[in-house]
Amino acid sequence: MAEPRGSVAGIHQEHQVKFYGLSTCIWCRKTRQFLEDEKVAFDFVYVDLLQGDEREAVKDEIQKWNPHLSFPTIVIDEATCVVGFKTDELKEALGL
Amino acid sequence: MSEYAVTPEQVEKLYQRLDREAKAGGYNLNPDKSFTLGLVESLLINEARYGYWACPCRLADGVREKDLDIICPCDYRDPDLDEYGACFCALYVSDAVRDGLQELKPVPERRPPGGPTAHPEEHEHDEELVGFTRSGIPVWRCKVCGYLCARPQPPLKCPICKADKDRFERFA
Repeated sequence: MAEPRGSVAGIHQEHQVKFYGLSTCIWCRKTRQFLEDEKVAFDFVYVDLLQGDEREAVKDEIQKWNPHLSFPTIVIDEATCVVGFKTDELKEALGL
Repeated sequence: MSEYAVTPEQVEKLYQRLDREAKAGGYNLNPDKSFTLGLVESLLINEARYGYWACPCRLADGVREKDLDIICPCDYRDPDLDEYGACFCALYVSDAVRDGLQELKPVPERRPPGGPTAHPEEHEHDEELVGFTRSGIPVWRCKVCGYLCARPQPPLKCPICKADKDRFERFA
């Protein structure tokens, strides 16, 4: 899990799911585990592992949805945003 | 997990220290030990990365002055313990959460976006509030736990919450 970006395959591919997290954040770890357990396909980015312009670009991307720039931030279909380890909200947004 | 190798022995040692210091100051670490050990490991990773215990659950800038308010224990721990029974990471929890009387829920971010240094204009009048005590000795306030002391300089470490000297502000 040392890579800053990647994709996780899953059975649920109905939605485009972007997971923004920090590699040191335990709530991010729990949220990612939830998505994996639910077999949701998603792309992930660990912002603390990025540097320079790439990091700034991703920060801007997150702040469009979550001005507090807090983690985890999950953006679904470029339409819905869930901040924090909130499995009920994620289930509803993802139709699980 | 990370390019910074942290051994289980280091994690356990820091856990024991934080647990001892928390209890001595009237605070509690999260009793879910595997969860707490994960956070303690992250503190050690951030110490290796930045030189200080940047909050594991927040994006650190890497410049100490900009991250001062989110060095663990952060400036927001005590208000979050009061309102939600846990700090933002849930490394520290209230007695009620520790004893299972209150459910642990996600804590919303209390830190202003970008941190307090992102909006210095809000603090430009702070200096005007500062006066002198009758003795002429300044009073220093720990921004983490509120500890006050009257002495020429703040202590190197807060005796209550162990925050560093640069977490103190002039109170009077």
